[in-house]
Amino acid sequence: MIALLRRDLRLAVRAGGGFGLGLAFFLIVIVLVPFGVGPEGAVLARIAPGMLWVAALLAALLSLDRIFALDQEDGSLPLLATSPLPLEAVALAKGVAHWLTTGLPLTLAAPGLGVLLNLAPGAYGWLVLSLALGTPALSMIGTFGAALTVGIRRGGLLMSLLVLPLYVPVLIFSAEVVRRGAEGMAVATPLAMLGGVTAGCLAALPFATAAALRINLR
Amino acid sequence: MSFWEYANPKKFMVTTAPVLPWLFAAAGVALVTGLVWGFFFTPEEARQGSTVKIIYLHVPSAMMAINAWVMMLVASLIWLVRRHHVSALAARAAGPVGMVMTLIALATGAIWGQPMWGTWWVWDPRLTSFLILFLFYLGYIALWEAIDDPDTAADLTAVLCIVGSVFAVLSRYAVNFWNQGLHQGASLSMDKQENVANVFYIPLLVSIAGFVLLFLSLVILRTRTEIRVRRIRALEARAQQGEGRA
Amino acid sequence: MSLLGAYALYVLSAYAVSLVLLAGLVWLSWRRAERVRAALARVEGVRADG
Repeated sequence: MIALLRRDLRLAVRAGGGFGLGLAFFLIVIVLVPFGVGPEGAVLARIAPGMLWVAALLAALLSLDRIFALDQEDGSLPLLATSPLPLEAVALAKGVAHWLTTGLPLTLAAPGLGVLLNLAPGAYGWLVLSLALGTPALSMIGTFGAALTVGIRRGGLLMSLLVLPLYVPVLIFSAEVVRRGAEGMAVATPLAMLGGVTAGCLAALPFATAAALRINLR
Repeated sequence: MSFWEYANPKKFMVTTAPVLPWLFAAAGVALVTGLVWGFFFTPEEARQGSTVKIIYLHVPSAMMAINAWVMMLVASLIWLVRRHHVSALAARAAGPVGMVMTLIALATGAIWGQPMWGTWWVWDPRLTSFLILFLFYLGYIALWEAIDDPDTAADLTAVLCIVGSVFAVLSRYAVNFWNQGLHQGASLSMDKQENVANVFYIPLLVSIAGFVLLFLSLVILRTRTEIRVRRIRALEARAQQGEGRA
Repeated sequence: MSLLGAYALYVLSAYAVSLVLLAGLVWLSWRRAERVRAALARVEGVRADG
């Protein structure tokens, strides 16, 4: 499993792997926001938690079709299925790899971008925490979506249509954590819900992902 | 004679053929009765004036929007476990019907809300949940359309339906949480108070019956169509094989 | 529609939208059903001849 992870990471960091693409997209979207809503600090501060999360979510979405694309292109997808590793573990490894190459960098880059949107001082910690907790769920949900559509030519748009509604609970709870944290309110409830959703995704979605892969590999 | 006999496509076709016209007729009668009764023969409500009459469309369609998805979930599970093609095709058939029901619920909900709240849309928890449900329907239907092989499509859409159902329930709670925020507008809650008065309640029941019957009729009609499509593909595949050999 | 009072437009448009959507769904479903039925008859007819 570690070997699989390492391979995916190496592939992602290589030239065509799109490693920096998600980060660049994150930056660009955040830069666009003030152009859309005006430069007024108070307005930006108000929408910063939500916009940061939406931008991170979209950036995570961008790299989802890569999860299985390379394996499919070089024909190693069936090999993965016949390996001694259970397919569920493969799915989890794919999700972790996506998170390490997309979710984690986004989490680390977020505070810098929060500055651009005049994020409230008290919110930075909550922003990073919510992203650290939430992006693994995004990666795992995205891996499931990628497995569903792996057999479809140009399935990227369809995958986005399938995955984005599934992202809603994560987005709601995470944005609430940051918003409430910014105002100094209690964050226990949304934080616990977010943790629960992520834990549930990591525990259960590998099975659904493996099922989808098996169906597509028949 | 067990229920599972109808899982046989031929038996399904034979059984539903005579029933279908009557189902449609009953749906029509119930719908016309319920809606005409509700529209013309019920009084206006104190707070909401005549807009309360939208209830005869909004409540039944919202109920069917949910029920359609539940039916799709059950059908998907039956397909995955017992591999009855009729089940998979029935789930596929129900998708667009459920989607239209959701659309009607959204439209009537928005139109009902406009005179009350002054805007065409409010992010009321119920309306928002239905909007998310609409997106789930879109994805489900799109996935069916995108995959060539029928059995693969049936399997993948079944998995999507199951995972989607979990997330749909989760979203419901998340949306409720999300909208109990600092600036709480009144939500479009209408069930409990309105349903007390019989004068509103009976025509509402009739309308609901009409929507249920219409849903059944449409799903059976569309499932029959899907079964026929499947048969056409099978025949054409056999014909091609025959030509190949000849 | 004086019995609808101030909200006549809203109630009527709600009914109109719903009925249009329902009628559209029924019509499209029926039309597809007919087309498929005809197609099946053709394919089965060809099989009987060939």
